[in-house]
Amino acid sequence: MGREVKRGKDDRGIMNVKTVTFKGGIHPKYNKELTAAKPIRPATLPQIAVIPLQQHVGAPCKPLVKAGDDVKVGQKIGEAGGFVSVPVHASVSGKVTAVEPRLHPGGQQVMSVVIESDGQDTVDENVQSKGDIDKLSGKEIIDIIKEAGIAGLGGAAFPTHVKLSPPPDKKVDLVIINGAECEPYLTCDHRLMLEQTDDVVYGTRAIMKALGVSKGIIAIENNKPDAIATMLEATSSYANIEVMALKTKYPQGAEKQLIKAITGKEVPSGGLPADVGTVVDNVGTAVAIAMAIKTGMPLIERAVTVTGRGINEPANLMVRIGTPFSELIDECGGFSDKPGKVIMGGPMMGIAQYSLDVPVIKGTSGILVLTEEEAKPPQVQVCIRCARCVEACPADLLPLYISRYALAGMYDKAEQYNAMDCIECGCCSFECPAKRPLVESIRLAKRTIAANRRKAG
Amino acid sequence: MENEQLVVSSSPHVRSESSVSGIMLDVVIALVPAVIAAAIFFGIRALFIIGISIATAVLTEALIQYLMKKPVTINDWSAVVTGLLLAFNLPPTAPWWLVVIGSAFAIAIVKQLFGGLGYNFLNPALAARAFLLASWPVRMTAWVQPGADAVTTATPLAILKGTEAAGQLPSLMNMFVGNIGGTIGETSALALLIGAAYLLYKRVINWRIPFIYIATVGVLTWILGPDGAFTGQPLYHILGGGLILGAFFMATDYVTSPVTPLGQIIMGLGCGIITVVIRLYGGYPEGVSYSILFMNVAAPLIERYTVPKKFGEVKSRA
Repeated sequence: MGREVKRGKDDRGIMNVKTVTFKGGIHPKYNKELTAAKPIRPATLPQIAVIPLQQHVGAPCKPLVKAGDDVKVGQKIGEAGGFVSVPVHASVSGKVTAVEPRLHPGGQQVMSVVIESDGQDTVDENVQSKGDIDKLSGKEIIDIIKEAGIAGLGGAAFPTHVKLSPPPDKKVDLVIINGAECEPYLTCDHRLMLEQTDDVVYGTRAIMKALGVSKGIIAIENNKPDAIATMLEATSSYANIEVMALKTKYPQGAEKQLIKAITGKEVPSGGLPADVGTVVDNVGTAVAIAMAIKTGMPLIERAVTVTGRGINEPANLMVRIGTPFSELIDECGGFSDKPGKVIMGGPMMGIAQYSLDVPVIKGTSGILVLTEEEAKPPQVQVCIRCARCVEACPADLLPLYISRYALAGMYDKAEQYNAMDCIECGCCSFECPAKRPLVESIRLAKRTIAANRRKAG
Repeated sequence: MENEQLVVSSSPHVRSESSVSGIMLDVVIALVPAVIAAAIFFGIRALFIIGISIATAVLTEALIQYLMKKPVTINDWSAVVTGLLLAFNLPPTAPWWLVVIGSAFAIAIVKQLFGGLGYNFLNPALAARAFLLASWPVRMTAWVQPGADAVTTATPLAILKGTEAAGQLPSLMNMFVGNIGGTIGETSALALLIGAAYLLYKRVINWRIPFIYIATVGVLTWILGPDGAFTGQPLYHILGGGLILGAFFMATDYVTSPVTPLGQIIMGLGCGIITVVIRLYGGYPEGVSYSILFMNVAAPLIERYTVPKKFGEVKSRA
């Protein structure tokens, strides 16, 4: 796995940084070497951008444009549908050809604005620098973030301004910037920390100011010693921003596990990070916030790792939102062979795609192509009660029992075994020697229990 | 469309290399040093018994699965493990038919009758041993000294207990390497510990059950000595009898021990206490088998009361 080699580097580069972690977790093959050394390059602009009106957790946007309208880069084309919602913006300039349901990488049809690019990449007049964070108030920063359509770029796409507006009774005193990037294969956050180091720091400062917090920690897994060293140097002039090394272990970047590793505090079951005085944002989100303040450009592009053994030339690309997966795959030299699986995100929590005709959205951290051999479904055997799922579960659950009850349709029993506390990291299924669909069935139980709760009202 | 052939499934999309057959094979590998020790101390007859036991176990499993029209899973190595462990629990003098009956009983009655791998509530090898001991008590306790001439002897535990003809306790060194009377696989602590180290290193087993089991036996036999407190001989109790074999290879059986960390600790403690009670105060000189079987039965209950505290549980009540 090469862990030992990297550990040696740590000792040299980050001597004064302590390494922290959480209980449980797994050590999958990371496969980051495919793209870790590849700088982010801009992807070719899409000819047709499909921009879903829902790319975030929360209410969908209301469209502000109709077929035939001309739009420019950065222009708002969808208005937030509520507080827990963010607007969407045109990522290319050109003509709106349709506002209609299109296939979304989440798997469903979602109302989307389809823009035919004029190739000019004309920027909207409203895209103007918002000035310096020192002159902006916390409230103004939050408004800028909201208007820029920023939703967590780590993958979950939770509206960032909501995180930055905790209820008044919750006292937040720590901001954690998540540079763990614990998902195998993905390296876009790693590259952002190396290449847009100052933006990461700028975004961190903006988030701290928005929350009125005096302490920030940038947390990075120790398999990225160069990123740790770079961030250490960039933050050396800010006494209130610390860089912390995390043990390389999946799911180190999961929000609650990250907070536990750094602060020793456990976010209460069913609670939020703010309950333990913490807010966590991804490094990509910090960069997006820096751009929104410095240049005024809303979230219209993001770094995407296109990778896997099923692709010819794995790469890190800066991609406009709305670019179809198929174009990015072509841009990376196409499939190396008949593809087995195409996944949005990483291999542990990513979503398998059945069509390449889906657009990159705000939560698209990667496009992973597995070969036919890698994608072969494993043969499922009986549970031998080896307890590897129990040892691996970072939420301290008994996955074998929740799964057993879920598969038997006994959802009330699954709930008694704390199914709703599952973070769906997939460690249990990964470790299972019998290749049982543990997290897959637990996920089913969670959905069913949540639906039943809604019904019960 | 080319995309129609993309595999779509729920995450995760990668799996570890581990497999059921790989784990079982690791257990077999870990038992090889003890097989070699058995061959050295008890001769070719030990290998003969081991061979019959494994062959019977595998054939019985295949036959039953075939008759019940279930997929035949003998290539998962679990029947080999059962056959091997049963042979380890038999005296080197066991006649071939006893081995066949025991091995078939382990697979047919204890394992397959309850649903096969993953569903048996007792350790098949140990349950079969208990069955044989109840049915043919004399043949199951016909101990011989290591060596070609098969001189009858008493086990160290029987000597300690003083129930059988008073003999001379063997040296601790002989007990450590296995040059003593006992069942085929239990006598060589050295060989078993090499295998145990392999299983721990490969993370097939963890420390909880075996270490706590052995420590409990050591501490209790030391305290509850024959001539008052702290006059016991813990090393004889640890090295004599089937404790090392039982603690590392039988009590750790996945199917019949708790999956919860606290449950595993209780399993080790319970096995240790019952073993000591049987050895010191019960009718038998040895109590490892029965203590593990007893804790097997208790395992589901232990598990129910040792569900780990979920992440973030305490503070939600605050």
